[in-house]
Amino acid sequence: MLTDITIGQHIPGSSIIHRMDPRIKILVTLLMITILFFIDTFIGFLLFLLLVIIILLTARLPIKRVLRGLKPVFFLVILTLFLHLFLTRGGEVIWQWRFLRIEEAGVFTGFFMVSRILLLIMFTSILTLTTSPLELTDGIEYLLKPLARFGLPAGELAMMMTIALRFIPTLLEEAEKIMKAQKARGADFESGNIIQRAKALVPLLVPLFISAFRRADELALAMESRCYRGGTNRTRLHELKLKSSDIYLFLLAVGLAVAISFF
Amino acid sequence: MLIELKDIRHIYQLDDPVVALDGVNLEIERGEFLGLIGHTGSGKSTLVQLLNGLLKPSEGQVFFEGRDINSQEVELKEIRRRVGLVFQYPEHQLFEETVARDIAFGPKNAGLSEEEIENRVREALELVGLDYESFKDRSPFNLSGGQQRRIAIAGVLALKPEVLILDEPMAGLDPAGRRKLLELLIHLHRELEITVILISHRMEEIARLADRVLVMDRGKIVLQGRPAEVFTERERLKEIDLDLPVVTDILKKLEEKGLKVRTDIFALEEARDEILSALEKQSQFRESRPC
Amino acid sequence: MSQIEMQGVEFSYRAQQDKALAGIDLKVEKGEFISVIGANGSGKSTLAKMMNVLLVPDKGSVTINGLTTSDPDNIWQIRQQVGMVFQNPDNQLVATLVEDDVAFGPENLALPTEVIRQRVDQALKTVGMDGYQSHPPHKLSGGQKQRVAIAGILAMLPDCIVLDEPTAMLDPMGRKEVLETISRLNREENITVVLITHFMEEAGLADRVVIMQEGRIRKTGSPREIFRDTGLIAEAGLDVPEVVALANQLRQQGLSLPEVMTADELVDSLC
Repeated sequence: MLTDITIGQHIPGSSIIHRMDPRIKILVTLLMITILFFIDTFIGFLLFLLLVIIILLTARLPIKRVLRGLKPVFFLVILTLFLHLFLTRGGEVIWQWRFLRIEEAGVFTGFFMVSRILLLIMFTSILTLTTSPLELTDGIEYLLKPLARFGLPAGELAMMMTIALRFIPTLLEEAEKIMKAQKARGADFESGNIIQRAKALVPLLVPLFISAFRRADELALAMESRCYRGGTNRTRLHELKLKSSDIYLFLLAVGLAVAISFF
Repeated sequence: MLIELKDIRHIYQLDDPVVALDGVNLEIERGEFLGLIGHTGSGKSTLVQLLNGLLKPSEGQVFFEGRDINSQEVELKEIRRRVGLVFQYPEHQLFEETVARDIAFGPKNAGLSEEEIENRVREALELVGLDYESFKDRSPFNLSGGQQRRIAIAGVLALKPEVLILDEPMAGLDPAGRRKLLELLIHLHRELEITVILISHRMEEIARLADRVLVMDRGKIVLQGRPAEVFTERERLKEIDLDLPVVTDILKKLEEKGLKVRTDIFALEEARDEILSALEKQSQFRESRPC
Repeated sequence: MSQIEMQGVEFSYRAQQDKALAGIDLKVEKGEFISVIGANGSGKSTLAKMMNVLLVPDKGSVTINGLTTSDPDNIWQIRQQVGMVFQNPDNQLVATLVEDDVAFGPENLALPTEVIRQRVDQALKTVGMDGYQSHPPHKLSGGQKQRVAIAGILAMLPDCIVLDEPTAMLDPMGRKEVLETISRLNREENITVVLITHFMEEAGLADRVVIMQEGRIRKTGSPREIFRDTGLIAEAGLDVPEVVALANQLRQQGLSLPEVMTADELVDSLC
């Protein structure tokens, strides 16, 4: 069923990582991703991996879930590896067969790139696994706030994200209902070639869009009648407040990042 | 026997599985008008979706004219053509640019000829009380809510179903719209001899229309029979927090106060006559035996 | 000064030539419970939207507690004083958690966090949804969603709530929940209620019923007065509640009965 899809992959918990301020988490994640692109030694990668493992253990996240998150990029990883192995030139020739040739530099860059991709995914999934979509939205809103001075509508963007999160389950439910109603009229969503299948989606998508617009219309009215007038000048029920532990953790992360980048 | 459900159990496999139907057996005869009542989540919607194969039961079988509809030999398309299902707020499924093309969607899927499709569209529109010539080329989205609903129902009727299932077809309509739709249902059942299965929260409607009422609670059919039989089970209905038709409620209360009235009446006129004659008898009785 | 005063209000939507409202005069007093009935397209919803400045009259005037809706400076004050609940519970809940949704109004009023917290909890308690603070709205029943919507209005401490067919999409249980909540707010918190509905039995709960037809008010009066006029009810494309219909039928047969609205009243007056 469509409605089985859960949004985000947040696993609730009470670890120190879970309780960390979302802003700090987002910043640390950004920092670590940047660092990842500067690492170019084995030891550097090893240290980074060690850090990831320590965080995973502290957050008590099931390793399986984290590994499962790597699945979608599997193809990309293999492709990157092969491209680098066979195309990057430099150093000694390690292996050769007819026109295929692997050189030393290829092995290194291939390995580095693959490690980068995998670690990047793992680190960001720590963020999404330990932070609810709501906290993420709040965090992003706060971080974007300074940019409001340059005309970036941070509040409105965050409101859009919240509304999207709120309505995804509703629209999925609706899609399923419409699909069933059309099936009851003999529609066939499952067979035929790609073009036929795409055509079969029209009776699903048109009503779904119409309903989404109708909902948007009504929601806008409801929001207006509840005194919504744009993102400025609003207070929040959940104000994000930095705890001292957040600051320590942030400093620790910066320290680690600097240390790792020295290797 | 037209439809038979045998030892049905249905489970939705969600994060924690939900048992929607548990041990349901049901036989439906051709030409019946069946009323289905029960709270949200009692399994009504699941039950009706089994009847045209939109859902496959986790356990048990669904037979249409003696054939198991979920077996390999049976074409579900055929079943869905013969068992029409009108969902709640069916107007939300309209998608075509014109009324005629939307209604034609079903017949087209059934692979009918152009000529036959046009006939079907014309007939279906007229059935729901809308004029073919003046409505066929209009966009369904510019019509009133009540008209949209009738067009959506026409979209199912155009398949000429032998069984018509309607899930809360009157929800959200104003009194006039509701009356028109009720008349349509009566017409479909009496004149066209379509087997009708109606889900409704309005006990009055069910009591007046249905030949047989099914009461569902937590995935089971807990009561069934003629309206007169079901709605006299006041205690049982109270247990599952279902209302009585207003007229029945009044008659019951009169009976409790000692007025001798029948309580298996649902039409206003009949109730009126019953109350009047009971009052008359009572006053004669009092006159003959003054206290 | 009445809480809501409408004088000669006319309004038409651009796309349509017919007037959605064709001269409305209506006064609603503080603490009153009025219901508005009428066929589809009779102008009920348009009337409701006038009370919350979602629409402004083309002609005539609408004043809320003395503030005219035509003055743009009054908009936010009026919207805080008159809350609005809509038909579709799904399309008026904004946030992914119940408490955040109830907080939406107070957040827009830029209240301090502690005040918001207190109002949210109080409002949820008032509608009987305490304990659902961190539930996602899409997992609630229809009746619960509408009660959350009402809580969202209450958290803005309004004087008046306008409900536009709030029970149309609910099952009987949900309808009961919502109606009980509305009646209680009116009784205990002295909040003015304007209830627009298709259910005649619901209209009977009000102190006063307004019948609308083709953009005009046909009649206002107590439910008993209104439903006695079966001719008018039929003309307006409406029904009388079953109890009243039965009583009217009995009366036609020569039985003398007082005006009744509920089954118990009818039963008591019969024996």
